Amino acid sequence: MPRDHLAALESESIYILREAFNRFASLAMLWSIGKDSTVLLWLVRKAFLGHVPFPVVHIDTTFKIPSMIEYRDMVAREWNLRLIVARNDQALEAGATFPEGRATRVECCSRLKKDPLQRVVEQGGYTGVIVGVRRDEEPTRAKERYFSPRNQRMEWTPTQQPPEFWSQFNSEFPPGTHVRIHPLLHWTELNVWEYIERERIPVIPLYFDDGTGHRYRSLGCAPCTTPIASTGRTVSEILAELKAVRTAERSGRAQDRESEDAFENLRRDGYM
Amino acid sequence: MDRLRLVIVGHVDHGKSTLIGRLLLDTGSLLEGKYEELQAVAERRGVPLELANLTDALQAERDQNVTIDTTQVWFRTPRREYVLIDAPGHRQFVSNMVTGAAAADAALIVIDASEGIQEQSRRHGHLLRLLGIEQVSVVVNKLDRVEYSGARFQEVAAGYLDFLARLGIAAKAAVPVSALHGDNVAARSRNTDWYEGPTVVDVLEAFEMPRSQAAGPLRFPIQDVYRFDERRVLVGRIESGSVAAGDRLLFLPSGSQGTVKTVERPQADGDQSVAGDCIGVTLIEPLFLSRGEVASRLDDAPIHTQQFTARVFWLGRRPLMIGRKYRFKLVTQECEGEIVRLTGVVDVSTLQPVAAGDAMTADCVGDVTISTRQVMVLDLFERVHALGRFVIVDDLEVSGGGIVLSAAADTAIAEPASTNIARTVGQVSRDERHARHGHRGAVVWFTGLSGAGKTTLAYALERGLFNLGWRPFVLDGDNLRFGLTADLGFSAIDRRENIRRVAEVARLFAHAGLVVITAFISPSHADRERARRIVEQDGAGTPFLEVFVSTPLEVCEARDPKHLYAKARAGEIKEFTGISAPFEIPQHPDVAIDTSVISRERAIMILLDYLVPRARYRHEEE
Repeated sequence: MPRDHLAALESESIYILREAFNRFASLAMLWSIGKDSTVLLWLVRKAFLGHVPFPVVHIDTTFKIPSMIEYRDMVAREWNLRLIVARNDQALEAGATFPEGRATRVECCSRLKKDPLQRVVEQGGYTGVIVGVRRDEEPTRAKERYFSPRNQRMEWTPTQQPPEFWSQFNSEFPPGTHVRIHPLLHWTELNVWEYIERERIPVIPLYFDDGTGHRYRSLGCAPCTTPIASTGRTVSEILAELKAVRTAERSGRAQDRESEDAFENLRRDGYM
Repeated sequence: MDRLRLVIVGHVDHGKSTLIGRLLLDTGSLLEGKYEELQAVAERRGVPLELANLTDALQAERDQNVTIDTTQVWFRTPRREYVLIDAPGHRQFVSNMVTGAAAADAALIVIDASEGIQEQSRRHGHLLRLLGIEQVSVVVNKLDRVEYSGARFQEVAAGYLDFLARLGIAAKAAVPVSALHGDNVAARSRNTDWYEGPTVVDVLEAFEMPRSQAAGPLRFPIQDVYRFDERRVLVGRIESGSVAAGDRLLFLPSGSQGTVKTVERPQADGDQSVAGDCIGVTLIEPLFLSRGEVASRLDDAPIHTQQFTARVFWLGRRPLMIGRKYRFKLVTQECEGEIVRLTGVVDVSTLQPVAAGDAMTADCVGDVTISTRQVMVLDLFERVHALGRFVIVDDLEVSGGGIVLSAAADTAIAEPASTNIARTVGQVSRDERHARHGHRGAVVWFTGLSGAGKTTLAYALERGLFNLGWRPFVLDGDNLRFGLTADLGFSAIDRRENIRRVAEVARLFAHAGLVVITAFISPSHADRERARRIVEQDGAGTPFLEVFVSTPLEVCEARDPKHLYAKARAGEIKEFTGISAPFEIPQHPDVAIDTSVISRERAIMILLDYLVPRARYRHEEE
């Protein structure tokens, strides 16, 4: 066992990232600008000795909170990222979005996030896509594998997942399949913040109270994401708050709860 | 904070997911609103509230009230954090159970008190054993359905503990529980006043954290080689042992050796990297190495072989077949191979032997001999878990797994490096030589500890045969190390090469018609076996006699003719057979002689009586 639980989590993630890099000829990583995929980016730089050896994809719904874009471009410059920004301009122009247009929250997520992702994967010919989801975020993600296949239409079949054990990850699938790689799957929200504290990772300031008594606990599109009441101004204050809190991390994310199986269906269709 | 990973297994519908829901609820670990959410769903559907729905997240699971895939939830006690791994109990989803259970440090097996031990209860117990999970406790659930009967609990618990004991698992505890009502989960129940043992939470808290593998032999499988910034960095995870700058490493299967220049680590604390760490290594020497090589210390190398035996479990849709091509993945190695033998097949739900023939279905566990196209580097599972387990890939699907039981280290005979060579045959036949000598060529292979009397007996036998008019010749270990094997040391690899060369020389001398007598410790069964194969390979019927000089270690050490035992005890000689390196006792020697009880003269009589009839020239047989 490595020295402590964060070192163990880190080590497992690095192993998975290196395995992905070795097994897939064409790899990309999704970066949502949020804390998880930023921590993941940090781990990538550790795994690859200071480099980010594949493109980083940001799915821009254009409804993102404006300071996210500034932060994104700054980090991309600093860490020398090959940044790909993906957008569904067609849906945006047609106004088929939530809340103004004719779309439910879930349909909007599907159009503005899942569809552009599918296009990036197809155009880039990526066979492996690294995503920073975690099991404790949400129950269908808890069912995920580290290497999780998606068929040609990007669909996930959660009831028929291949076995995965002893650090042997499936990387060979029929042509047309792409594999989602989830190096953070075993981390919890608390672990992510503990690691941010220990490594002093620069996360976007939206996670901290800006003096209004509110902060974002989970970041999404402005219309579907609400900040929580919190006066957490520093990482250690957030850690103290998380240790006491009993609400769900994604409680500020409205698309998760449109119906009992809304989010599962979204994920089956290829949502991250 | 420590994190213990615990898997909950057992037969379908015995209440695994409900137990997890109950654990979360009664330890106050549920998120706000979760319980109310369950209530609302139950009301909307007009069904009783299902604690299992906390983990059965898929619609298909909730619809059928069955766990399909494994999931993980977290909860914390003041002592540590737990990851609860819910494993499906339905027969159809065994591969998901394995996926969940393989990640665990400990297991709870849930058994329904009214239904008792069922098929999957047994199968899961068996799989836990193969997955190397040693800490197991039993939860007898649904006590409410048997009126909290202590007698029924005893009956079910004793039956299952006995089953586990037969598998070699000593369960830590058995707890009577009703997950539905919360009896003995987080708090002691008044309904079971006959029970004085621990609650489920007590059982969890008593499990031990996994042991560090840092003290084991170094095993560093190369995962990849990076060439960032003009440097070659070997990256991978240390599976066992530790490594630091300056260490001398042996890489197998290539056999290259190198010295560690730097170790790149994600955390900059301490100067040693230990088991579990993902590191990068640069070497002083510019070696060309690739994924699949395994680094170790020179004096404690893993086994490298193309054949090994293993106990395997099978998950595939098609049965496991003798002769079919599979891919075997073991740490970062991947190799094509096939099953050449299949024995001891057992139906894991009954423990009954099955007459398997050439194929084994997914309900079974069996012992196999695997033959691979390339050399694989591995350890026995009992020695180094990570290097002693592998998965079996059928086409593109992971279809099974296994643990290495034994590896006939490499007994293969070397293939020539060049293909531009052909064997030639002379004009003097073997038979003519034998006729002239009055005896056939033969090899008498002495094996035994240093000081056992091998060399003394070898020369005495040589004299005895010579006096009979035969043509004997002794190959002595020390003598050859002045010439033929002067370039070799005493590492496992060098010893192996030493024995190989001796065996090849013995074969040539025997072909020339001599009785070759060798005197080497030759502690490894595999090396002796290979020597035999080398001598016997040309099919001429050359006798190969294995003579075990079985003089006990105390006697050898008391004799200590070369003062080697004294040096080994003082630590001046490392890897000394009998003291700090193993001697594998021959299982079926042709002759065994203990020189502490048998005189030299008597020993030579025994040997001549055995050898002469087998090697005497008889015209009719040639």
